[in-house]
Amino acid sequence: MMGNLLLRGMIAGLIAGVLAFAVAYTLGEPEVNYAIGLEEQKAIAAGEDPSAEPEIVSREVQSTIGLATGILAFGAAAGGIFALVFAYAYGRATTLGARGTSALLAVAAYVAVVIVPQVKYAPNPPAVGSGETIGARTSLFFGLLVVSIALMVLAVLLARRLWAQGAWRAGITAGLAWLAAVVVVLLALPSVKEVPADFSADSLYRFRMVSLAIHAVLWAGIGLIFGALAERLIAASPRLRPAAA
Amino acid sequence: MSDIAFAPAYPISIPTREILPWAVFAGLILILAVYFVGAEEGALALVDTGGVIHEFVHDGRHLLGFPCH
Ligand SMILES: [Zn+2]
Repeated sequence: MMGNLLLRGMIAGLIAGVLAFAVAYTLGEPEVNYAIGLEEQKAIAAGEDPSAEPEIVSREVQSTIGLATGILAFGAAAGGIFALVFAYAYGRATTLGARGTSALLAVAAYVAVVIVPQVKYAPNPPAVGSGETIGARTSLFFGLLVVSIALMVLAVLLARRLWAQGAWRAGITAGLAWLAAVVVVLLALPSVKEVPADFSADSLYRFRMVSLAIHAVLWAGIGLIFGALAERLIAASPRLRPAAA
Repeated sequence: MSDIAFAPAYPISIPTREILPWAVFAGLILILAVYFVGAEEGALALVDTGGVIHEFVHDGRHLLGFPCH
């Protein structure tokens, strides 16, 4: 049962990953190329020869198979983790069936894993960000990611606890408590300001919107595809199928 | 019977003891996969490939919003 559910999660993640790759390749790559072009121009202006630095992986590979590998691997892994969380949430967090639980979980995941971390530490194209701060930026990003997931879990637990008072009241109370906690955390964490003054604001905006879009396609895909796959598995399981009254 | 009818009807859940071993072992491997796409050979490196892993998934790493260079 669990192995099969996990496999379905990873398959959903792979399919959603293909869709997300299409968005990344068509809308994202132009912005990545702009940033790399700018990086090279700066190197030339500084009297360096950008072609002197050996390319470990060619741009052509990076922007095609490399990008596909990164997004598909992330999609499959995210889908697998999603299936594990779903296994616990189903029948516990809400009274919804498999498809409803999966769709709702995908929305919660998008908010906790994508929106909250990106509001504070927005995605940056190459040429933005300095090499010396990568350690600090990595710790801050993953730290915020973990805290954000924890706050979402707490909000769901709070809503479940207040549920007897009515769905509206429970939802709004837990939602406001979650929002207050998120705002406090975002204000408390240090900001990262590394965008060069001459970087195109337009390109940066598009890059960040594309990142949100890639994740939106990925998580919507996981939520809907996995929901359909899980529904079938659960309906076929004599143990999980509700006994006919 | 009436209080049963008003209680919310939860679907039958999967027992925790069945989920736990999968969550631990598969969860660890999957998080490791996310790490390899998102952060390997950035701030720290588990395997030294001379930057090949980092460079290969580089565009995906930036576009997925992970901190990179
Ligand atoms: Zn980079």
